[in-house]
Amino acid sequence: MSRIDDTFADLRRRNHRALIPYMMVGYPDYESTKNIIRGMISGGADVIELGFPFSDPLADGPTIQRAATTSLHNGTTLSTYYDVLDYIRDLTEIPLICMTYSNIAYNIGYEGFVSGLQKHGADGIILPDMPIDESEEYRYTASKYNMDTIFLASPNSTDSRCASIIEASNGFLYLVAVYGTTGTQTGVQRYAIDALCRIKRMSGNLPVGVGFGVRTSEDVRTYIKNGADAIIVGSAILNMVHGASSGMEAAIHRYVSTLKKSTTAVV
Amino acid sequence: MSKFGDFGGAYIPETLVPAVEELLVQYARLSQESSFRSELDSYLKDYAGRRTPIYHAKNLSRQAGGAQIYLKREDLCHGGAHKINNTLGQALLAKRMGKRRIIAETGAGQHGVATAMACAALGMKAEIYMGSKDVERQRLNVYRMKLLGADVIPVESGSRTLKDAINDAIRDWITNVNDTYYLLGSAVGPHPYPTMVRDFQSVIGNEILEQMGTPDVAIACVGGGSNAIGTFHPLYDKHTRLIGVEAGGRGLETGLHSATLSAGRPGILHGMMSYLLQDDMGQVAETHSISAGLDYPGVGPEHSYYKDSGRVTYSHATDGEVADAFTTLCRTEGIIPALESAHALAEAIKIARTMKASERIIVTLSGRGDKDIDIIRRYYEQNR
Repeated sequence: MSRIDDTFADLRRRNHRALIPYMMVGYPDYESTKNIIRGMISGGADVIELGFPFSDPLADGPTIQRAATTSLHNGTTLSTYYDVLDYIRDLTEIPLICMTYSNIAYNIGYEGFVSGLQKHGADGIILPDMPIDESEEYRYTASKYNMDTIFLASPNSTDSRCASIIEASNGFLYLVAVYGTTGTQTGVQRYAIDALCRIKRMSGNLPVGVGFGVRTSEDVRTYIKNGADAIIVGSAILNMVHGASSGMEAAIHRYVSTLKKSTTAVV
Repeated sequence: MSKFGDFGGAYIPETLVPAVEELLVQYARLSQESSFRSELDSYLKDYAGRRTPIYHAKNLSRQAGGAQIYLKREDLCHGGAHKINNTLGQALLAKRMGKRRIIAETGAGQHGVATAMACAALGMKAEIYMGSKDVERQRLNVYRMKLLGADVIPVESGSRTLKDAINDAIRDWITNVNDTYYLLGSAVGPHPYPTMVRDFQSVIGNEILEQMGTPDVAIACVGGGSNAIGTFHPLYDKHTRLIGVEAGGRGLETGLHSATLSAGRPGILHGMMSYLLQDDMGQVAETHSISAGLDYPGVGPEHSYYKDSGRVTYSHATDGEVADAFTTLCRTEGIIPALESAHALAEAIKIARTMKASERIIVTLSGRGDKDIDIIRRYYEQNR
């Protein structure tokens, strides 16, 4: 059982679902990253997804692209990323997921990448440009370190494809809720609900998280009503951070706790 | 096969998996269909102006002093570059697949223009992503694309050049995956693009074999590497020395270059595993070249495989060597080459001297240089 599995098991016992806010490390600067994460934790985040910037994030919309550019400009390296992981681990046992792109992992070497993250307390990895077909070595390495590999499924993934993605995923499966990049479309699409219901019928004990374009409490409730086990919120948070100069910890706390209310007491 | 040794593959977001699978199936089916082949052949002949001549550049050979230099005149293709070989093939494919909307990326604008032409000829609508820095540098080609009925979408992200135009084209494809065909311009990207673009460009090497038999040396420039792979692939099992020439920019030691195979190491970008110019962390490097068409940090995966297997030698030419080769061809033969192609010429001039007069070098003159007149003029103003 990983820390992510434990978290989902605990939430399930309480009939709650998981809220997973996303933050890009090094955006808008290091101190603010830490403040924002404190706001997420106090606001009730169940898991935190921490972005490591890549120069060419082709699954991301303008908001996360901008955050990645700023983060790289601020000099983010793996060692500064590890510092943030360590900082959070000193505060809490909340599961942490690293989100970055395949080249970052491949460049360091899967072994170095996974073992480094594990050593600094990360629990899972999301690589949006690593389809299951190319993932054998990466998955083998991750399993050696008990690191959860979270793969993405799309509304247009066939049933047999979904079955393979479910098979390859640990922790949870990440359903991309829109045709598009992160944060570019808002509102819940009919096809996303159809895909969610279809995948939930196949996923067994593997939790299913929904992300891309989730913004409001109503979005959260709609997905949860249709079976989502977790909700991932990224661009909406970064958009709040963009342009804000102070008081971000409190603002993020308020936003996360509002969304968190929609993940509880589901019948 | 989706791989060339360890290189290639399809490192793509899950949303694109069905689209890439559909492309794979449809391309495999249609490329075997005689009606598809004959329709493409007739467009290549009557519309693009194939087959292109091979010209024995006697004056240039005499000046270089050694082997005989021949030019494969892709500059005489409709549109002024080899790019049309690929855009006609893919646009026909898209049409047969029932796709109504075509998107493409372009760097210098040559692939964008060739896409706009093929789409106009086949009655389709093209939307072309172009880095805003390239939009500024290549105003004439932007206007050409618009005249040909295409929409040009300036890309403001990242370094605002070709690599970012590809990123945004892929993002568009993810968003409009159901009705959109992505017409990629070089032998890069996820499988099956590198194979498909190579097949459409192999008309270059196949014609070389028909027209002159087996040359002793074949030389082509390499950015993404489509004209080079089209030249090399048909010659792969012949006794021809194959040389790819990358953009040495201001010199490899300055870091201002695009010599991916000489100075990069394997990595993952734009859906493929291939050599990549990147920093220690794996962030993609900014590149430089006098020729916008070679200004790209990646390279086609089949070239990476050819490099590691040793079948092809990859060298590089600096901006200065390229400018010299450019003017040399203008003066000796009355041909204005594209700056991209001038990289291959620079290498030919260099090695001809070391060869016998009876030996033959074929240089793929991938495009004409009218688009580069302003750039070369500015280069000489700054470097005189």
